[in-house]
Amino acid sequence: MTLAISSPHRTRGERVGSVMRMVLYGTVPGMAALMAFFGWGTMIQVWSCIWFCLAGEALVLALRGRDPLRELQDWSAVVTGVLLGLCLPPYAPWWIAVSGSLFAIIVGKQLYGGLGMNPFNPAMVGYVFLLISFPVSMTAWTPPMTLAANPPGLFDSFFLIFAGETWDGRSLQALRAGLDGFTMATPLDHLRTDIANGQMISEVLSQPVFGAFAGYGWEWVNLAFLLGGGLLLQQKIISWQIPTGVLGGLAGSAVIFYVWNPDAFASPVFHLFSGGTMLAAFFIATDPVSACTTPRGRLWYGLGIGVLVYLIRTFGGYPDAFAFAILLFNLAAPSIDRYTRPRAYGTLTERPQEPAP
Amino acid sequence: MMARQLFGFPGGLVLDDRKDRALHAPIAPVPLPPLLVLPLKQHLGAPAVPVVQEGQRVHFGQLLARAADGISASVHAPADGEISFIGLHPVPDDSGLAQPCIGLCTDETSAYEEEEFVDDISLTDADLRERIAQAGIVGLGGAGFPSAQKLTDTPVKWLIINGAECEPYISCDEALMRERASAIIEGAQILARLLRPQQVLFAIEDNKPEAIKAIADACDETAIEVVVIPTKYPSGAQKQLIQNLLGFEIPRGKHSVDLGVVMYNVGTCHAIARAIAHSEPLVRRIVTITGDAVERPGNYEVAIGTPIEFLLQHVGVKTTQLRRLIMGGPIMGIALSDHTAPISKLSNCLIAAGPGELDESLNPRPCIRCGDCVEVCPASLLPQELHWHIRAEQYARAEALDLRACIECGACAYVCPSQIPLVQYYRHGKAVLAEQAAARAAADHAKARFDAREARLAQARTRRQQRKTAQAAAMGASPIGAVDATVASALASNTGAATTPSEPITTASETDANANNISTNNRINNSSTDKPVIAQHNDRLADVLAAARRAKEKKQQTASPTVTGTDPSDENAKP
Repeated sequence: MTLAISSPHRTRGERVGSVMRMVLYGTVPGMAALMAFFGWGTMIQVWSCIWFCLAGEALVLALRGRDPLRELQDWSAVVTGVLLGLCLPPYAPWWIAVSGSLFAIIVGKQLYGGLGMNPFNPAMVGYVFLLISFPVSMTAWTPPMTLAANPPGLFDSFFLIFAGETWDGRSLQALRAGLDGFTMATPLDHLRTDIANGQMISEVLSQPVFGAFAGYGWEWVNLAFLLGGGLLLQQKIISWQIPTGVLGGLAGSAVIFYVWNPDAFASPVFHLFSGGTMLAAFFIATDPVSACTTPRGRLWYGLGIGVLVYLIRTFGGYPDAFAFAILLFNLAAPSIDRYTRPRAYGTLTERPQEPAP
Repeated sequence: MMARQLFGFPGGLVLDDRKDRALHAPIAPVPLPPLLVLPLKQHLGAPAVPVVQEGQRVHFGQLLARAADGISASVHAPADGEISFIGLHPVPDDSGLAQPCIGLCTDETSAYEEEEFVDDISLTDADLRERIAQAGIVGLGGAGFPSAQKLTDTPVKWLIINGAECEPYISCDEALMRERASAIIEGAQILARLLRPQQVLFAIEDNKPEAIKAIADACDETAIEVVVIPTKYPSGAQKQLIQNLLGFEIPRGKHSVDLGVVMYNVGTCHAIARAIAHSEPLVRRIVTITGDAVERPGNYEVAIGTPIEFLLQHVGVKTTQLRRLIMGGPIMGIALSDHTAPISKLSNCLIAAGPGELDESLNPRPCIRCGDCVEVCPASLLPQELHWHIRAEQYARAEALDLRACIECGACAYVCPSQIPLVQYYRHGKAVLAEQAAARAAADHAKARFDAREARLAQARTRRQQRKTAQAAAMGASPIGAVDATVASALASNTGAATTPSEPITTASETDANANNISTNNRINNSSTDKPVIAQHNDRLADVLAAARRAKEKKQQTASPTVTGTDPSDENAKP
């Protein structure tokens, strides 16, 4: 598209694709950690999601009369696919990834007008769609491989996802068993149910599913996502306000309750390194399209998400709650922006100072 | 040179300035071209008025066009020669329209002449002001405000000399500061004498160490304080520089002078020094000529009016390499399509861009709301929201978000990852808002005229009514006075009937005029002369009929009422 020649005559150039690719590079450490602890499943889910997101996007773009080849080069569909894939349980059946990806892209993004127009984070739209529609499959996390009775290999993983059981006929349910033979839930699930059963935090945390300071394996996954998020911050792909807000809101709420009653409420460190905290704080909540745009608004937006996540984790009906918190604050983002506009130049009447001597 | 506390300004960005290419050699003069083209409007305000005729011989420094009333600046001859034409010619501005210019055929022998040196100490303040005004000096930093009109009579608090020159490529001010620091300081001293500021600050960006040294040396033993500011675009913009140096903003709708700040560009100071010491009007300036397509980039001293094609020839432009010609910098400059346009007083830089040097095409994608533009906006606006609103033609919303505070520096469009031509949107939005404001003003004006006319007609009616009542009262002494009153009322209603046919015509024509005012805004004068004529005509008609009635009344002492029942006061009522 050529426009009338107007200043500026030199820009940094079109960089949407490279910004999106940088986000993908940022997810690499976290994805590697997930695979190290949970096996090949994550990789298969991410790949399926990428391809189905691309397919869904290409389909709708073609229907809308756009040029899919040009528009797919913005890499935004790939980012949606990767983020959705990272959120899925590693051995969820294949149709989870397919329906989630298509719903995320078609309903969550393209029906609103495509890139830049969607009010909600597409990956979270897809995730919540799956969580509400298929709660059993979506909560079937396997334990970290070193804790599992039967860790699946690459071959088994494929069969598990695409055929429902491994080559030798073991089901997902069997794979979810821990070394002691009982089904293992995620650390956040454990925390929730055990505290509800009246156990003390110290008792809960002594179980093998918990590690040094958070869930076993999960703490490393979160550290890896933190590392990747640091890369995005350093590359100025994301602004500091949203992650700071999310982590601050979550840790701040946790501190209050932890100080009040450390036996009944988990420590802030536990919350920061459990579940999808770092992934959400650096990669999902920071999605610019659906987040706030004013600098101050972004801080409030992040804070709100952090606090809401803590409240749902601790008092709500779900073990982790980033998807809900982010979607709710996506909804609030325009209002937050409305009330956090920076003051424009010259709109404050100030008395000029006297010249300095 | 003292370290001074700087206040900074929000936003801004550090750019690859590429100024070195033009700075490797000293300022070089460019020979006079055979034809100089001098636009009558090279400044902010009204175009100058020519005082010469075609074919007239003129000499160097002679006044060719005097400043018009109000804000304006005069134009002088940069060389001896003959006026070849006075008419429209392409000029270097973004409208792309030809504008009135004076063409000057230069003599073969014509050369710069050094005028006698005048010591400014011997001149009175009034003389100094007069000389600056006569020299046609305007702000050479780009704004082009006539310099003499910035010289207030009341003392100011701060005089700021702007040597920031923050836009990439441009180095004419830097070259001037390196080579002619003493003249610049001389000009600054003259300004300081006239404005009597409490403080004189000389701001230079820290990427110009040689210029800083030269100016600091020249400022020795003067009251001028050299302030080195960090290199950050757009630190040289007036509002941002004031904010950076003094820590306050110019409130919306005010000028810097209202807060006691006056700012001059270094080039302007130099021109003022020339005008005072050498009696030389503003007839030449330093122009940076650079770009990949230029063989000999550098800073050149160019006679104002030199055609750009002549300059390009002089510096050796590889025409096969030339992709785009920019007047000004790469961020705020304007693309020139017509190379016959001349260098004007405001032409600080000419970029002959080679392949790949500037963006050759735009490839915009949708806004992803990344907020990069918010971070760099020096006016603390929300560029992305302004863009959405203007795209959606919600101009009032854009205005509510302070679109007017936008200085069009282009920082937002520079960083936009989607390569959206944001500045173009803002210009469009501002233009539409200006149009709407003009239309509103025209409508208000038409409404005011309509109301005034209604009031006038009502007044005339009351006057007539009073006259009739007075007559009726006078007649009331006779026993048939009551009958007379009836006659009077009947006649009055006849009068009303007589005037009524012309009335709707007036109204209709006025409604038309109103409609035209809203759309074109230039029919006001025509219609305002038309309408009163008709109104006066109506009044006259009423007077004539009233006179006839009075005559009849005198003749007829007795009469039988024929028409009754119409309210005599309602002149407009149809029978």
